[in-house]
Amino acid sequence: MANPMARSFLQVAASEEVAAPPLRVVQIEGLVILKIIKHCKEFSPALVTGQLLGLDVGSVLEVTNCFPFPMREEDEEIEADGANYQLEMMRCLREVNVDNNTVGWYQSTLLGSFQTVELIETFMNYQENIRRCVCIIYDPSRSNQGVLALKALKLSDSFMDLHRNNNFTGEKLREKNLTWVDIFEEIPIKVSNSALISAFMTELEADSPVSQCDYDRLQLSTTPFMERNLEFLTECMDDLSVEQQKFQFYYRNLSRQQAQQQTWLQKRRSENMSRKAAGEELLPEEDPSNPIFKPIPEPSRLDSFLITNQIANYCNQINGVAGQSFSRLYLMKALHENDKSP
Amino acid sequence: MAAREQTVLQFVPLSTSLSAKVHPVVIFNICDCYVRRPDQADRVIGTLLGSISPDGIVDIRNSYAVPHNESSDQVALDIDYHHNMLLSHQKVNPKEVIVGWYSTGFGVSGGSALIQDFYSREVPNPVHLTVDTGFRNGETSIKAFVSVNLALGDRQLAAQFQEIPLDLRMIEAERVGFDILKTTLVEKVPSDLEGMEASMERLLALIDDVYKYVDNVVEGRVAPDNNIGRFISETVASIPKMSPAAFDQLVNDSLQDHLLLLYLSSLTRTQLSLAEKLNTAAQIL
Repeated sequence: MANPMARSFLQVAASEEVAAPPLRVVQIEGLVILKIIKHCKEFSPALVTGQLLGLDVGSVLEVTNCFPFPMREEDEEIEADGANYQLEMMRCLREVNVDNNTVGWYQSTLLGSFQTVELIETFMNYQENIRRCVCIIYDPSRSNQGVLALKALKLSDSFMDLHRNNNFTGEKLREKNLTWVDIFEEIPIKVSNSALISAFMTELEADSPVSQCDYDRLQLSTTPFMERNLEFLTECMDDLSVEQQKFQFYYRNLSRQQAQQQTWLQKRRSENMSRKAAGEELLPEEDPSNPIFKPIPEPSRLDSFLITNQIANYCNQINGVAGQSFSRLYLMKALHENDKSP
Repeated sequence: MAAREQTVLQFVPLSTSLSAKVHPVVIFNICDCYVRRPDQADRVIGTLLGSISPDGIVDIRNSYAVPHNESSDQVALDIDYHHNMLLSHQKVNPKEVIVGWYSTGFGVSGGSALIQDFYSREVPNPVHLTVDTGFRNGETSIKAFVSVNLALGDRQLAAQFQEIPLDLRMIEAERVGFDILKTTLVEKVPSDLEGMEASMERLLALIDDVYKYVDNVVEGRVAPDNNIGRFISETVASIPKMSPAAFDQLVNDSLQDHLLLLYLSSLTRTQLSLAEKLNTAAQIL
């Protein structure tokens, strides 16, 4: 372990029994970052996933190692194979003293289009087994711009509650005061390295004053990236409007049904009135067998929430890249003017 | 190592163009394994995975440790473990094959020949990578070797380890940023704009250096160096010559494109927050 822990494991275990402090920081080893990048890049643009191993220490989740999953295939037999692979890998890594504790998984993404129902389902699956888990998202498409696009995410507690009951009606959401912003929580990432690696890297760092990272960042062309971003954004907007139409349809149906119920009730009441006058038995004011009393199911808002999240994400990316481009353009302008003036 | 005809003692000739490339993730992995080695072990060894290109460059891209026991005259490798791990790795990336093995420590040691022998049965001409985790010379020493058979007539006498050129592929580490990889704890991954700022500062510092150098040469304080002069003139010449009007046009067009995008994204966000309010507001029917 890089940082010698002052507390013994026993103490840690004991303190955690008492109360689990909320997860505040994800501390990743440089090794894990490089491994994730290697895996995601080699298979890009295909999306890949892998498992994160590490320790859960107080409010810090340490990610000390990881291993990739083979490409997912639909075949059931192969799926069982995948589970075996996972067990085998964990067993092997334990033999060389790697932390043998799953703390989550990583996955690659394309332009940040990761907010899907599958991600949430995977999260819920993991959450059942591990109390605290995290998903690390890496975007290989952005690394060409000199950005380390790593993100650590988890689902918010209130969202998980709702998801467990599968309850995404407008009323429940209002009750919990949950908006689309509250689905995911981003956790700050810290990077740690062992002293040995730190020594090696300090020695091996090239003397050159510019690194690849600088070249990538000062690259003027961002058009392809922006174009794709906008394409995705437009697609998402279409999806969102489809979702909106679903809701409009639902509300229209609902109000029509309520109008029908009212007319039925009035009819029934006037009938009862005449029955009362005639001294007959009254009819009940409710009729469950009548189709107009059947409640119309409210569509789930989960999809529209996720799409909204996606859109917000694309907007953020556009803002970020545009901001960078502005700096670059002004830099270029200044260089050009400097060039002319003397 | 040309074999002369008169001598009986000879090296089996070797393809001389062999060289190796190591990716930083391999170094990281080896260091991590060394830190996590069992109590009594002096060194860790493991398998190197990667590919060999037709022109003899061995590309070392991945690695895993193999548990072993070592006494003065024998080495016991956990061969089952080695094979299991190999199978698992190939499930993920079938293109990565065994290219050799690594060991920590300075240079080649006694048991190395035995292990080399084992790996030559797995792959012809395995590369042996040594990483000196003890910093024996006070500096890093990462070396790659191949073994050459020393033969007396037809009899195999010994194996000699011959160092081959090693290229540390640090570009990937550069992409991540050495700032993150060389310190023991970084509080925060730099965001896009912070990274941009750092890069610009470096660029400005470089331009300043060039200015200073040129001024010094012009004023006769520094002896001029033709090579540097050529580099500078090449750099200046690489800025495309455009008329100021065309240049302004270009910059302004770009600026406006980006402004438009920003406008669109803010519009979208406003729309989203509006939709949000409308959707979750209590519907009065």
